[in-house]
Amino acid sequence: MDLRPRRIGDVIVLGPAGRVDHLNADDFREAVEPHLAQCEAGGASLLFDLSGLEYISSSGLRVLMIAAKLSKPRGGRIAVAAPRPVVAEVLEISRFNLVFPVHASVADAVQSLASE
Amino acid sequence: MLIRFWGTRGSLPIALTAPQVQAKVAQALLAASGRQFQDLAAASAFAASLPFAVTRTFGGHSSCVEIELKPADGGSHEYVICDLGSGVRPFGSSVIAHQGVTTPNVYHVFMSHLHWDHIMGFPLFTPAYIAGNLIRIYGCHQNLEAAFRAQHGAPSFPVDFSQLAARIEFVALTPGEEVTVAGLKVLPKEQLHAGGSYGYRFEHAGKVCVYSTDSEHKLDDAEVTDAFIEFFRDADLVIFDAMYSFAEAISVKEDWGHSSNVVGVELCQLANARRLALFHHEPIHDDTRIANIEAETRRFEEITRVDAAPLDVFAAYDGFEIRL
Repeated sequence: MDLRPRRIGDVIVLGPAGRVDHLNADDFREAVEPHLAQCEAGGASLLFDLSGLEYISSSGLRVLMIAAKLSKPRGGRIAVAAPRPVVAEVLEISRFNLVFPVHASVADAVQSLASE
Repeated sequence: MLIRFWGTRGSLPIALTAPQVQAKVAQALLAASGRQFQDLAAASAFAASLPFAVTRTFGGHSSCVEIELKPADGGSHEYVICDLGSGVRPFGSSVIAHQGVTTPNVYHVFMSHLHWDHIMGFPLFTPAYIAGNLIRIYGCHQNLEAAFRAQHGAPSFPVDFSQLAARIEFVALTPGEEVTVAGLKVLPKEQLHAGGSYGYRFEHAGKVCVYSTDSEHKLDDAEVTDAFIEFFRDADLVIFDAMYSFAEAISVKEDWGHSSNVVGVELCQLANARRLALFHHEPIHDDTRIANIEAETRRFEEITRVDAAPLDVFAAYDGFEIRL
């Protein structure tokens, strides 16, 4: 899965697109994993730009949770930004909005991560 | 097939507190806004028109669900229930109220597992004390009988198991091996829970009810997930452990052995199930919270449905019944 990684300052931005569900969640996980090593205290922050995401199932959310579990103990920071309305609802109903900061835009998220 | 919920609360029975009841009454009085009611029936009809959490409660008894194939007043003396949580006490009282104490009955009980909230009602299940009754307790745990004997006697209870007047039999089942009991085809399935738990798929006359409580879904093994999808396949009703939010279930409460509303919807959608009963409610959730979760889950089903047929989602409550 191509997450179109890009870097804005100390923030690595990953942009999953389309649907992430039980059919391609493993691909999503494999695409995220290489970026986790840099997500630690003093290193880069990881930002998921969800603007291209149409839907994410529990299997996809689980990948985000794994990323958080691996990064947070090392002081890494993870956030999500720009979810479409449906994905924003999924984040709220699953209570993932309590796990990650959910920002309205990538710019807001980058600013917030930079100021932490 | 009629499904009747006698106990829907997870982990620990609860009861409404005085302040909670007072708050409900106050909300109902505000909603009444000076209306006059001719009689109790009119007032009751108005109460029924208010939101569920205002005038009713999801209840506090721990797990007990009845599967009725023939109504008791139709001459049936055979009952099928899942689990013996505290909800089995009102179930037993209801049977006696309808049949009297002298009518011998046969009770088929399918045990998900032996944790206390699922067996705690049995010492207060009145039919167990009445000679002539037969109680068959089915389960996949090797220590099935030992668990019941251990709680039924000193120092936990004043009456020893050996003093029960009913005939009580324990029947060992094997996961994956279907049996026929009381006209029901029953398929047990192993689930992920501390000490093991088992779900049951009940089929009768073309109707399917799946009872799947105390079951954690890790979603890290496609084969395991696919097996549950097949277990739920085309079910008319899936009774599902939705104790936690999805985020809780895979983070701070991972390995606690329970699941979420979100996973329940997804599995039912993939399995083409028709109805999903949110079950094993978290004991710290009040009625408003459960009603909100029910509404959110319906919305989640709606936005994730795509081309699938609608899945009817509801939060089960003590006293609720649904015909399949």
